[in-house]
Amino acid sequence: MTHPAIRFEKVSRHFGDIKAVDAVDLEIKDGEFFSMLGPSGSGKTTCLRMIAGFDRPTAGSIFLYGQEVSTLPPFERDVNTVFQDYALFPHMNVGANVAYGLMIKGVAKEERKKRVDEMLDLVQLRGFADRKPSQLSGGQRQRVALARALINHPKVLLLDEPLGALDLKLRQQMQIELKSIQQRVGITFIFVTHDQEEALTMSDRIAVFNQGKIEQIGTPSDVYERPATSFVAGFVGTSNLIHGASAKRITGEEGTYSVRPEKIRLAYAADSFSPKMIYANGTVRDVIYLGLYTRYLVEIEGGDTLVIIEQNLRSTSMDVLKLRGQSVRLSWEKDHMTKVGG
Amino acid sequence: MANRLSAFFFRNPKLVTLLLLSLPLAYMVVVYLGSLFALLINSFYYLEEFTGLVVKEFTLSTYGQLLKPANLGIFGRTAGMALAVTIMDAIIAFPLAYYIAKFASPRLRTYLYIAVTLPLWSSYIVRVYAWKLILSKEGIVSWFVDLLHLNFALDWVLSLPGIGGSSLSLSPIGMFIAFCYIWLPYMIVPIQTALERVPKSLLEASSDLGATPAQTLRTVILPLAFPGVVAGSIFTFSLTLGDFIVPQSLGNSRFFIGQAVYSYQGTAGNIPLAAAFTMGPIVIMIAYLLIARKLGAFDAL
Repeated sequence: MTHPAIRFEKVSRHFGDIKAVDAVDLEIKDGEFFSMLGPSGSGKTTCLRMIAGFDRPTAGSIFLYGQEVSTLPPFERDVNTVFQDYALFPHMNVGANVAYGLMIKGVAKEERKKRVDEMLDLVQLRGFADRKPSQLSGGQRQRVALARALINHPKVLLLDEPLGALDLKLRQQMQIELKSIQQRVGITFIFVTHDQEEALTMSDRIAVFNQGKIEQIGTPSDVYERPATSFVAGFVGTSNLIHGASAKRITGEEGTYSVRPEKIRLAYAADSFSPKMIYANGTVRDVIYLGLYTRYLVEIEGGDTLVIIEQNLRSTSMDVLKLRGQSVRLSWEKDHMTKVGG
Repeated sequence: MANRLSAFFFRNPKLVTLLLLSLPLAYMVVVYLGSLFALLINSFYYLEEFTGLVVKEFTLSTYGQLLKPANLGIFGRTAGMALAVTIMDAIIAFPLAYYIAKFASPRLRTYLYIAVTLPLWSSYIVRVYAWKLILSKEGIVSWFVDLLHLNFALDWVLSLPGIGGSSLSLSPIGMFIAFCYIWLPYMIVPIQTALERVPKSLLEASSDLGATPAQTLRTVILPLAFPGVVAGSIFTFSLTLGDFIVPQSLGNSRFFIGQAVYSYQGTAGNIPLAAAFTMGPIVIMIAYLLIARKLGAFDAL
């Protein structure tokens, strides 16, 4: 199969004057764990809903393994969804919920039962078939929703912020589990989230959405280390943007540059010089001691303020707090700085 | 002083509850349960045929009278009408309630809600008489049927044994139409409420899992709307069961429970028999509510 799992061709979805999705081109490969990352209202959920068929593009085409599906109703698409609120049927028990797709297809009862048991094993809910959704915890409901969507062996599985309602610990556990389930079943997963850490943890590739457009598509390290735009630099992780006079002073060129806080080193005096490094002089404006590490705000020549994170490997709170108001020299590797557009 | 009183009540929360509930409780016990109890007592007395006076002695003979074929016929007829009206109202109300709950814009929803409940603000006797005029031989329905040259169809319907009559207003069909109209809002509102509680994502999930809209209706929407239908049916069923205005204004001379009660306690002065008649619908409704509870109609309340 040479076709990509999903292809968007100039897909737009306008609600009146609002361009929820604006002429998006996109290709998602077969078997990929693909994340759509962006703030709320950036168009990622609308894209997902158009793939599922709950929403139709106002312009452009969507292809599922080469077949145009833009106008097909949801029940004619080989795609299943895990909903943000799980959308479990409250009047059916867990077994009936998971078996729903098979029941609709008219699969025989014994076969249905066998496959439901397999699915409940996969999501580690063996023996839960007779419970009602209302008797389950959030994490368990999440697993039922996953089993219900996977039992039909869809070509693509869509996940709409499925971990949003879980607490931090459970969320981290589910991230690892989702990834391992995806590798076992080998189905293309499209995962919508506004949580950059979640996207970085699980994805093969990430598309960063902003205002109905995709700002950047790439692997997690691409997106983190080489953000294409200042929006990506700011949204994925914390980033320092250097522009205007500061940029000119440091690099000799106009433009906007991004450098991650943990890549910057802090020195109290000029030590050695290396052509691979970039240097900047500044004054420490604030010191925030956070136990494991310290966050410094340093105003560099030219006016920009940079955030620097340093682990407290040898220093104590007394040492770092003394730095407030001091002149310092910052340095980072040239490779760690990226010129960003926009 | 006011502070001390507040502090006193703060320290005695049970007293506050008692004060709050005393008035409605007194009303419920004295007026509501009291009248029901008086009814129950009266139904065990009997009317002395010669003197026409109520004899206050315990007897089951009044209940025995209920078992006469004519009286059993009244029960059967009324319960049959209540059931038919309930089913028809559910059929009419469901699509409308579904539209209001799931498709109408918030603005339109408000208007439709007002439109549905508006008739309840006007006198119900006036509306029943309006139907009498609409359905009469010279009324607008006959005129319209005549216009469409469908007289043969109307004549055929009116010639049906048991439910026909000389005109729509004088037939059980006319009663049925008026009943359906009058109690319809009581069916629409609970169904709408039940449907509004069904999140849209459930319908999307069903469709996503391969169900056609018809399959989604059968496997998801109807089961979830069912408690609302049962709640609505309690209104339509019990209101039809006890009504005497509609059977008096429309239909033929055959009695319904409400009419029987009305006439026995009135000119006939047979309070015991009227009371015994009243126990009929009460027993039917208790049975109905127990079944409804079994079906989960009150889980959502």
